[in-house]
Amino acid sequence: MSSIRKLINDPLKVADELVEGLVEAYNGECVHVGQRSLALKNIPDNKVALLVGGGSGHEPIYHGLVGRNLADGAACGDIFAAPPPDIVLEATQAVNRGNGVLYLYGNYAGDVMNFDMGAELAEDDEGIDVRTVLIWDDVCSAPPTQKHKRRGIAGLVPIVKLAGAASQEAKTLNELEAAAKKAVLHTRSVGVSMSPGSIPATGKPTFEIDEDKIGLGMGIHGEPGVSEIPMTTADELTPMMLDLIFKDFEDDEEIEALKEGDEVLFFVNSLGSTTMMECLIALRKAKELLTAKGLKVYDVMVGPLVTCQEMAGISFSITKMDDELKRYWDAPCQSVCFSKMEGRYGG
Amino acid sequence: MPKETLNAAEVREMLIQVADKIIESEPILSEADRKLGDGDHGIGMERGMNAAKAKLDTTEGEPLGKQFMSVGMAMMSSMGGASGAVFGTLFRNGGKALGDADSFGAPELATFLTAAADGVMTRGGAKPGDKTMVDALKPAADKAEEVKDASLPDAIQAVAEAAEAGKDASSAMRATMGRAHTLGDRSIGHPDAGAVSVSIIIGTMRDYVMG
Repeated sequence: MSSIRKLINDPLKVADELVEGLVEAYNGECVHVGQRSLALKNIPDNKVALLVGGGSGHEPIYHGLVGRNLADGAACGDIFAAPPPDIVLEATQAVNRGNGVLYLYGNYAGDVMNFDMGAELAEDDEGIDVRTVLIWDDVCSAPPTQKHKRRGIAGLVPIVKLAGAASQEAKTLNELEAAAKKAVLHTRSVGVSMSPGSIPATGKPTFEIDEDKIGLGMGIHGEPGVSEIPMTTADELTPMMLDLIFKDFEDDEEIEALKEGDEVLFFVNSLGSTTMMECLIALRKAKELLTAKGLKVYDVMVGPLVTCQEMAGISFSITKMDDELKRYWDAPCQSVCFSKMEGRYGG
Repeated sequence: MPKETLNAAEVREMLIQVADKIIESEPILSEADRKLGDGDHGIGMERGMNAAKAKLDTTEGEPLGKQFMSVGMAMMSSMGGASGAVFGTLFRNGGKALGDADSFGAPELATFLTAAADGVMTRGGAKPGDKTMVDALKPAADKAEEVKDASLPDAIQAVAEAAEAGKDASSAMRATMGRAHTLGDRSIGHPDAGAVSVSIIIGTMRDYVMG
């Protein structure tokens, strides 16, 4: 396979340079903190802070979710690698306003170890109250009885959006933690991949897959999914993906199955090189199937928000809404990754 | 000539040699990771060991425990990721346990590796058999405890063989942790990349001691 052409400088500096560029994209709204973190410039005193983060290379998340009514800051790692503890600490100090900091990030071993070490430093050395909520929306990464083994994928965007709105009204770290946990519990995703992304420093693909196959349930770094199926059409793949999400709501004892009349937020994400055209074709079929199941689509998100370089693939995320989550969703928000007006489309 | 004990300056020299060997092994480590993970383990280790070498430029004259700890801190900060956390912990915990020891022989090798293995298992939650670096590190630590009354050359030879055997044994294991766990049975047949790194680190320590 010929190596991918990328418009970069020093391959080992891509994470640093993309964060520098991101700060410029924020044009003064965010500041660059420490080695490789980002924080909102104006965080109100006493606000319960929301910190996100993870490896770089998935732009525009996570660091693109720092914004108004979204995350207060992000700790950015190297490409596909968790931020080290000292970067987590720097980000924590930057967003802390004396009322605690909630860490909200995807459940990956490296992220958990490094954020935990960062939290220990923040608590022991700085006396900052830190709590952690892990994102584990990928239903194909482990059964519902083993959520601690599930990884976080594109569902992180609605989850951070909902938690960001909740953080504006939360009086205590406990309140924000409860709201974020609810957003996580209510959000489930399934991803597929048709071809890999590559690591900028090596130019090598992160996995291999036959040209006539689709990896069903693959993760955002190309982690294997539940099976490889023959390449197929959008209309045939869409129900397979949705059924995996529906089944997870049915099988999980912690949440009620999706039933007629339920309202859902629906997100079609591109993993990178899959085009908006393809996402819209999948959305068209998905909407038909959601409606046939009696579900009301409260709002729709579509686009390449959680990517893995030039990986080809899509994911679907469904967030089961209730009055509290709808209130958080309706709040306007603005960031480089995701912005919306007050309310909802069609509302 | 094999060395019977190492002083702080020799430990520092050994660690520079370890760093160079890991940097040189980048393609092997990345390839090993591509079978089971996302293929960036070699890049991360190379970055960590470059940072470690830069740090070791400034540690001349410091106690030998500090030499190991400096490598750990440099790796942790420069690498991030799971590898940065666990390899950083390996050197940091191991070095810390050496306290103010001024010579590194077979007993210190055991102290270092036992604390390193305990720290890594606590931080990462992995047990032997999970197909991780622990599968090379823990057998090495156990062997080091067993041979701590031997001479350093004899001890480190046995310990390096145990690490190598542990790395090889990880091929037959089924991954249960990290990004490889979803591979299930498909993870069988390849050694864990972290275990490969551990066997290179300990093997290079052996080569240094043997001269």
